[in-house]
Amino acid sequence: MEFRRPGLIARLASPLRGMGQRFVLASLVIVGFGFMLLGNSGAVFVERMQTAVADVATPILETIAHPVAAVDRGIANIREFFALRSENARLRQQVVRLRAWQGTAHKLAVENSAFRGMLGYKGPARHSFITARVIADGRGPFVKSVLVNAGVREGAAKGQAVIASGSLVGRVTVAGARSARVLILTDLNSRIPVIVEESRTRAILVGDNSSRPALRYLPESAVVKPGQRIVTSGHGGILPPGLPVGRVLASKGGGFRVQPFVNLNRLEYLQIVAFAPVRAPKVAAGKTGGGPR
Amino acid sequence: MTAALWNRLDVWARRLIPAGLSVVFVLVTVVPFALPGYAAIVPMLVLASVFFWAIHHPGLLPPAAVFAIGLVQDILTGALVGSGAVVLLLVYGVIVSQRIFFRNKSFLVVWWGFMVVALGAGALNWLFASAFAGQLILPRAAAFQVLVTVAIYPLLTWILHGVHRLLPQEA
Repeated sequence: MEFRRPGLIARLASPLRGMGQRFVLASLVIVGFGFMLLGNSGAVFVERMQTAVADVATPILETIAHPVAAVDRGIANIREFFALRSENARLRQQVVRLRAWQGTAHKLAVENSAFRGMLGYKGPARHSFITARVIADGRGPFVKSVLVNAGVREGAAKGQAVIASGSLVGRVTVAGARSARVLILTDLNSRIPVIVEESRTRAILVGDNSSRPALRYLPESAVVKPGQRIVTSGHGGILPPGLPVGRVLASKGGGFRVQPFVNLNRLEYLQIVAFAPVRAPKVAAGKTGGGPR
Repeated sequence: MTAALWNRLDVWARRLIPAGLSVVFVLVTVVPFALPGYAAIVPMLVLASVFFWAIHHPGLLPPAAVFAIGLVQDILTGALVGSGAVVLLLVYGVIVSQRIFFRNKSFLVVWWGFMVVALGAGALNWLFASAFAGQLILPRAAAFQVLVTVAIYPLLTWILHGVHRLLPQEA
């Protein structure tokens, strides 16, 4: 009987409280819309709020991520156990194939270094990597991005490429002090300048939230064949050139799509590529013209 | 004296349950769980939580808390900041105004109500995401997410009702 009383009081008091609540609610909805507009136009204030909240949540999410990853790995182990036989057969075949490749690669490496020696070629600077763990997964129906537990403190910065097992995953869009948001290359907003490795044909890899991003803005004369490798071009100077991205697939509606090399369903550890964009060497004014600043 | 103090602390701790549980749901939503395809259809747990508390204890989950929880969820999932918060607030407002209707109704009626709400929330989420992306996003994943959310609601209600019993009655 006791518990009916608050209900009655609440009901009597509700018209008064209702007015105030409704006002608060309406104001907050307006503030929410304000955030949306500001955030969409890339306001610093919203980005600060994002990094602040993400940084605070990072230690909590790290703590949760550990046991969850352990359980995940356990399940994966069980699944793999049942697939051992077929997996083993497949791997044997692969080893045979790769042995042949190993020989070729070794020969090419020797040849290549000899040629480089002759030309006095200086290769691209080696990048350093920051390894980070995925601590929050935002791969909902509308966005494909993850939060990792490395930020500015570890050397991460906005725009850097993110890879897993050597292949491109996406890039850093927001970097907090100890966390960073990685936009996956399948996201609607992802645009990555790439080239077809064989033909050096330029294109842009356009994400559309499907698991296979589209290859767009190919030159009209371009000949692209399914199965060809796609790598980053480095154009725009944000991503390092030559990072493997995926393989070309013919898409049903015409045009081409790319099957990423990385299994984007299973992202646990990622590497952020600390890449310093190449800048044209400074030359005394008037000596040579042109070149980007 | 100390007994009274402890009692009061206890009541305060219990008062934090609705908001606290919603935050836990946010964390569960973003935990990186490597099930294939899981991430794309992860249920809108926070929506269910807000729906439930708006019916049973709106006083313990004020609009400001709903807004803050929505913002945190938006930030951690990488959604457009504010979009999820606005959707949660609208759901909250509608349900609080209709809560007398949902009180003491059979579970099927409440479930049906939640289905309508989840559909509306899914549609709004999709609308916001599409509007700010400047293109129509394929609605299939969003529709699937709504289905999963509605399907899992009975289980969530069971959990939420269990927690509900822990709340101080005088609140």
